[in-house]
Amino acid sequence: MVVGMTMETFLQQLINGLSVGSLYALIAIGYTMVYGILRLINFAHGDIFMMAAYFTYFGIAVFFLPWYVTFIITIGLTMLLGVTIERVAYRPLRDAPKTSLLISAIGVSFLLENVATYLFSGKPQAFPEFPLMTTPFFIGGLSFQPVSIVIPIVAFILMSALLFIINKTKIGMAMRAVAVDYDTAKLMGIKINGVISSTFAIGSALAAVGAILWCMKYPSVLPLMGVVPGLKCFIAAVIGGIGNVKGAVLGGLILGFSEVLMVAFFPALTGYRDAIAFVILIVILLFLPNGLLGKKQVEKV
Amino acid sequence: MKETQNSIGAYLKLHWKTAVFLVVLLVGIGVADIFVDSYLRRLLNLCAIYVIVSLAMNLVNGFTGQFSLGQAGFMAIGAYTVAVFTVPIESRAAIFYLEPMAPFLANIQLPFIVALILGGLASAFVAFFIGSPCLRLRGDYLAIATLGFSEIIRIVFTNTQSITNGALGIKSIPTISSLWWTFGTAILIIIATVLLINSTYGRAFKSIREDEIAAEAMGVGLFKTKMTSFLIGAFFTGIGGGLFAALLGTVDPKQFYFTLTYNFLLIIVLGGMGSISGTVIASFVVTLGQEALRFLDEPMAFGLDLPIFRPGLRMVVFSFLLMVIVLFYRKGLMGTNELTWDFIAQKYRSIKKKLSGKKTSTEGGGN
Repeated sequence: MVVGMTMETFLQQLINGLSVGSLYALIAIGYTMVYGILRLINFAHGDIFMMAAYFTYFGIAVFFLPWYVTFIITIGLTMLLGVTIERVAYRPLRDAPKTSLLISAIGVSFLLENVATYLFSGKPQAFPEFPLMTTPFFIGGLSFQPVSIVIPIVAFILMSALLFIINKTKIGMAMRAVAVDYDTAKLMGIKINGVISSTFAIGSALAAVGAILWCMKYPSVLPLMGVVPGLKCFIAAVIGGIGNVKGAVLGGLILGFSEVLMVAFFPALTGYRDAIAFVILIVILLFLPNGLLGKKQVEKV
Repeated sequence: MKETQNSIGAYLKLHWKTAVFLVVLLVGIGVADIFVDSYLRRLLNLCAIYVIVSLAMNLVNGFTGQFSLGQAGFMAIGAYTVAVFTVPIESRAAIFYLEPMAPFLANIQLPFIVALILGGLASAFVAFFIGSPCLRLRGDYLAIATLGFSEIIRIVFTNTQSITNGALGIKSIPTISSLWWTFGTAILIIIATVLLINSTYGRAFKSIREDEIAAEAMGVGLFKTKMTSFLIGAFFTGIGGGLFAALLGTVDPKQFYFTLTYNFLLIIVLGGMGSISGTVIASFVVTLGQEALRFLDEPMAFGLDLPIFRPGLRMVVFSFLLMVIVLFYRKGLMGTNELTWDFIAQKYRSIKKKLSGKKTSTEGGGN
């Protein structure tokens, strides 16, 4: 084994990797669902995540609402934000060239970042602490933060629920139909706008839960906090095969584990922690451009 | 001999307006270079640098249809190359006080122009490695990979203390103050881009933008052509970054935050994706506009004591502007048109027609 690493710390790092990976997976699902249906990199997704963190911060630290009320309001507001963004910025451009849609997504992202900086100032705010979640407990000489265990559990429950929605309900079937063939789905009587709205609502809700859990683990909120997680989670979606929900989960976990373990094994590379995602992206695009679980895409004329 | 004279004469006869315009422009820059104060000089220099980088971005995004968001990163490479190679050797010990400069670099000092071109080449070299996986694939992977790259390059420059001095940045880079460096380079790059766009390569770029599959079927090598455009774009952007470093006299990783790229995105969207003259005009409009709107960031209380004007408002206005243009004026100022003499004459005629048309219609209404 590598120098200076005991079995205990290795286990701890594994748990840590699992929780970071689950967070990435929660956000990556939003990217992959939108990409599957609209073929659009929703650049604003990372900033929707950031806004959710601010909603929670304001609910608890400014308006002193109980945490469960705050969580519900946060998830509701974030869903509303996601649906509104699609309605205002993406829907009018549905027949426009792809580039315009992409620029619009970047524009929304930039606007949200700037509005957050303007309204909430660029300074990081301390997220309220949840002692129940952060007080470490010990099992056989190992110390764990409860939050590191709660994150994967919550993520697992939500992902199972999502897979149920996608595979067993009517709206889920409609989503899959639109993802396979947009035009045919439309001809078959599927209400495209409703399907797209619900896709954005689900993606944003998962991002909101991700943001709440993220802030319990890293208790600080700032306007640009969504940028790097956003980029990484898109990469996680690409690793797993863009458009594939299970792939996004797999990609998120791979990314989380690689980051945590790289820093654990090679402490000298700590500064490059954020870089590993992009190295993985380049490797994946070179050798497995459809991702691990993705199907080969054939472009038809 | 006589024939060449004739052809030059014929060329001048055909393009005399352009020739006159160029002479007026050069004289204008010369006059401005003598008379403007240091604030305006810096601003004009910045405009010219923005012209260079935006043009390079439009070459890739507007003309070739490949979505690259790595401008901040490529500029950083150019800027750091100029910084590392032009800082006077005697002041290096004072700048690199935390960790001395790597020995293989410590005694190399290059003339500005050499470092500038080297910066462009370095940036194209890096572009090759990002482009080779991404440009083979259809889709938007280039956007995410280049955006990621411009984040990574900042991380790399922050961590390679002995070459880039890390987060402290490099100070006392010999500065350029004359307008000729930036405007001269900008004019050269504009001419190069115009020639490129009207060449076989330019046509291939545009065919890829319009329809990749059709272009491929017509025998355009997709990967090679996209790569050519991407490398030329990165080279120009690196040069723009080098000039930026020499204009400011100091570089540090924070200057090249990815939001810098969004300035150029706003410029090419405003000017028109696929218009050289539109890009040039928009570069001036946006750069000067950002200066003019600086008052938005100054705290200013109204009667109600509402702190509406405070830091950050200017960027809100700019990002809002980007959204409005994309949603409602998708073609920007110029669309894919160019500001040629014919274009101006045509616009002039149509405006005149509209005005006279209005006049007659109101007269008709009066009767």
